[in-house]
Amino acid sequence: MPEGKPEVLFEVIEKEGMLIQKGRIKVPYTWAAGKIASRFLIGLRDEKRIYGIRCPECKTVFVPPKKLCHQCLAQMSEWVELGDEGILETFTIVRYSEPAIHPVETPLAYGIIKLKGADTGMVHLIGEADLTQLKEGLRMKAVFREERKGNYLDIKYFKPV
Amino acid sequence: MERAAIIGIGQTKYEKEKDGIFAELVYEATSRALDDAGMKIKDIDNVVTISNDFWDGRTISCMAVADAAGCHGKDASTVECDGAFGAFYGLMRVLSGYNTTLVVAHSKVSEGNPRIISNAAFDPIYERSLGLDAISSSALQARAYMKRFGITEEQCALVSVKNHKNARNNPYTQLPLDITVEDVMKSPKLADPIKLLDTSPITDGACAVIFAVEGEAKKWAKKPIWVKGVAHCTDAYRLGERDLTYSTALESAARKAYQMAGIANPSHEIDIAEVYDAFSYMELMWYEALGFCGKGDGGKLIESGKTQMGGELPVNPSGGVLSAHSVLVAGLARIAEAALQLRGEAGKRQVPGAKVALAHGINGVCAQQHCVWILASEK
Repeated sequence: MPEGKPEVLFEVIEKEGMLIQKGRIKVPYTWAAGKIASRFLIGLRDEKRIYGIRCPECKTVFVPPKKLCHQCLAQMSEWVELGDEGILETFTIVRYSEPAIHPVETPLAYGIIKLKGADTGMVHLIGEADLTQLKEGLRMKAVFREERKGNYLDIKYFKPV
Repeated sequence: MERAAIIGIGQTKYEKEKDGIFAELVYEATSRALDDAGMKIKDIDNVVTISNDFWDGRTISCMAVADAAGCHGKDASTVECDGAFGAFYGLMRVLSGYNTTLVVAHSKVSEGNPRIISNAAFDPIYERSLGLDAISSSALQARAYMKRFGITEEQCALVSVKNHKNARNNPYTQLPLDITVEDVMKSPKLADPIKLLDTSPITDGACAVIFAVEGEAKKWAKKPIWVKGVAHCTDAYRLGERDLTYSTALESAARKAYQMAGIANPSHEIDIAEVYDAFSYMELMWYEALGFCGKGDGGKLIESGKTQMGGELPVNPSGGVLSAHSVLVAGLARIAEAALQLRGEAGKRQVPGAKVALAHGINGVCAQQHCVWILASEK
């Protein structure tokens, strides 16, 4: 399907004398990552390092970083290099499959990992793990992709240490 | 605050795969609310519709329901949030010079894909690529909450058992079920600790509520139900920046609403509550932040039986959101159900003698926002 050409999908099905039309809205976007996320993602891509950002007022270290502290509404610019290890705060194992959104096959696990030196949790995939052995408090380490593109999945997943 | 009241209520039956188009659902709820109040559309000063383009699969979808909601020739505006928040805006309008406001919400969840749509609520630069959706993100919250306070899966299951049982008394709801804790525990695991019977169904439906200022409220057919207090509050956007185990946003909204209504002891002064239980664990978390019990005591409260029909504070006599989850509509349906209870018109689900009711709506992933309403049968 050539980019930009509108997709026409008007399949009609009939159910008890009533017609139902199948369709979709498919819109290409070009989302700006902004200065802060660009810096963070370039750190993942080029340095395999995870950077957080500190609020000048409340001193909270956010990772992934953002421009404004939601608590103080202060602009943040102080970068903090964080390690690639942290603690698993909570997790879930997803059993259902939704290929349109899932980046890997299910069962897959998500966790919220608090990196050493950060005050916020990072939501990410969990890999290289016996899913039956996951528990809160486990030490986790970021595993980077071989081929990194400057997106959030440049961290492939976090694995138990 | 100047006094305002609910004077008209209309709901469709909540079902999966309703065959009408979404505007027809809006028309059905709107006409029922007008009939209920004994009003004609000319008696309505302005209209607030509640819609979301993603759920409707149409951009500026608020325009597509304008005819059905009676917007023609009127001041009409839209809220793209849960109906409890749309109702808040409707209330503001009657308090700022309009005599009457019709608020109507609709959705046909069965026409879209809730997983893909809820995934699109996440930041495309960060978490969206992980594939998180409403169920998997709520599972992270459920586990965090349960771990912190020692809440068991069986205690969450009791919410599902209670609400589906209550649904058997509600002719409007979708999933009346006679189930046991064991049935919930044995239902398919979706995202641990959430199982199928811990989740709300895919539901189509619409709900309309008419608000009026005090001077107008007594002119119409039904006994006005008075708004005594209402507030909402917002938490941080990202999951990792919130305390997922306890909703300070709900606590704050509830405190403000209680203060307006002069409620000092919510669990004694409120007769019935309709809360947004999109997942079973949520009802327990909301008990705590609403002050129905202490922090971490949600599991003990459900076990006590106090929140079941016949208990001191029945929660979700309608069957709640677990029994019918028409997204965007569900918060407005909580308000409608609370008002029906206060009129004494709740049929087999009636809580005898209910005089003060609480209704609650949420917005966003893992309930980033909460809205709390206190309604009463007496001024």
